Amino acid sequence: MRNKFAETFYELGKVDPRLCVVVADISPAGSIAKFRQEFPGRFINTGVAEQIMIGMVAGMAQRGLRPFAYTIATFTLYRPFEMVRDDLCYQNLPVTIVGIGGGVNYSTLGATHHAQEDVSIACSIPNMNVIAPCDPAEVEAATRWCAQQEVGPVYLRLGKAGEPVLSANATTPWTFGKIRTLREGRDVCILTYGPITKMACEVADRFAAGGRSTSVVSVHTLKPLDRDGIAEVLARFPHVVVIEECAPNGSLSMRVKELAWERRATCRLDTFTLKDEFIHCYGSHEDLLAEHGLSTNKICVALGLTSS
Amino acid sequence: MLTPPNLRNAFDADAARTRCKTYRRRILDISQQVTALHIAPAFSCTEITDTIFHGLMRRNADGSFEDVFLMSKGHGCMIQYVILEELGILSREDLDLYCKPGGRLGAHPDYGNPGIAASTGSLGHGLGIATGQAYAEKLKGTDAVIYCVLSDGEFQEGSTWEAMLMAANLGLGRLVAVMDNNDFSGLERMSEGHPAFYPLVEKARAFGWEVAEVEGHDSQEIFNAISGRSGTKPFLAIGKTVKGKGVSFMEHVPIWHYRSPNPDEYRRAIAEIADA
Repeated sequence: MRNKFAETFYELGKVDPRLCVVVADISPAGSIAKFRQEFPGRFINTGVAEQIMIGMVAGMAQRGLRPFAYTIATFTLYRPFEMVRDDLCYQNLPVTIVGIGGGVNYSTLGATHHAQEDVSIACSIPNMNVIAPCDPAEVEAATRWCAQQEVGPVYLRLGKAGEPVLSANATTPWTFGKIRTLREGRDVCILTYGPITKMACEVADRFAAGGRSTSVVSVHTLKPLDRDGIAEVLARFPHVVVIEECAPNGSLSMRVKELAWERRATCRLDTFTLKDEFIHCYGSHEDLLAEHGLSTNKICVALGLTSS
Repeated sequence: MLTPPNLRNAFDADAARTRCKTYRRRILDISQQVTALHIAPAFSCTEITDTIFHGLMRRNADGSFEDVFLMSKGHGCMIQYVILEELGILSREDLDLYCKPGGRLGAHPDYGNPGIAASTGSLGHGLGIATGQAYAEKLKGTDAVIYCVLSDGEFQEGSTWEAMLMAANLGLGRLVAVMDNNDFSGLERMSEGHPAFYPLVEKARAFGWEVAEVEGHDSQEIFNAISGRSGTKPFLAIGKTVKGKGVSFMEHVPIWHYRSPNPDEYRRAIAEIADA
């Protein structure tokens, strides 16, 4: 995801001189390094200083540029939170702040580096738009949209590296604010976003193996949420499952439940989120997710699916 | 020197004095319409703000400003509002509806209102935004100057010092910050509660800024210092000011950070300003 973002940003930056990237002491991945070499004035490193990273992108946007702020998700959103809220969201500026390694992606670094409640927090701020692409192809589409949009601030939550392409058979192109069916099914629908979509696809395979055809839907735009699209899913499918890498409070799961109540949904609804806990555990990304209760097997057991 | 000495004579200090009296009177008039008003913080940066608007900022043919004014100490914005009113950028009705339903002006500047460069009020945000603005102008190749007025208390925020570092790293010679150094924070005098806050000049110089100390109520001195800067580095003018300047019973008295005068106090204040 990082590399696809960098590649896309570089391509866009070559033709749009308004595009700038402001990083806070994070080594630029892939093509961002190339962007820096070719356009040194449009690559700014504030060092270990995130408040000025956000303050600067606000001021740059006010004077006509299209800046992206870019660092590890916790330092994009938490450390300079009031700057994100006041400078970007209150002033409603078209700035994209990129959070790398959202969720518990930095799985050996401890909770100081876990942005496990980033989506909830970002969605709580008025004017903020929140996007979490499921794969590199969605990263490209989202980055292109972010570079040209006039809507307002965006929190773009990315994974790190190595995510597979999952949207190749999607029925529709990526559209900001609209859910997107990655694979079609009739009996069950899994709503998901971000890198954990891979796990959602594995769960879908297990449903399918048990004879239940299963849709996987990328809810890549968490805010504004495609409420009508999700309401349609709740009405159409007898069983809806939400799988996400986010703390429960303010999660997609919570909002889907709220919507289900409002729309008098009658489907079965199961949700899987990170725990509302700091866990003191180290290992691979999968190990951390499993510790939070999120693995294909654990989810299948909870859903009553026989293990394969 | 950015401004040749002969042009510096163009600044009319007597006219500035007259304008500042008018502004203080206007703010006191408004104080009789609303209960809460930041009078004292506005009076302490009256000459600073007036000098920037009337002496330093350049206007385009259509009346818009080529340069930018950003009030980082948002609670001082009343002085900016009355200047914008005088310049015809805000209307009398805007000021009449200050802090009232149906109005658009609050006790802190709100981006999107005419003449307001950033939403401030929470301290420590303005210099970072101004740094981004100044860098954008540098990248675009314009010669716009970004003027940013801060309180001394704001220099307690780490974010202000992050901006000080970055502005110097980026060589922002068209960023001008002015510290309204009135020695008051909410709880106590800065000099009493925070002795390590000083010395200021050496600190700012060590951060890579060009620095001058000025008498913050002497418009000519403010003008001379800022217009005489080299323009090779970001510039900080540290203005020694008096909180509540111009009304004896408000000067150095913390309650006037928020309070509006009662009718009797209002009359006394108006009389003092008229006699000054």
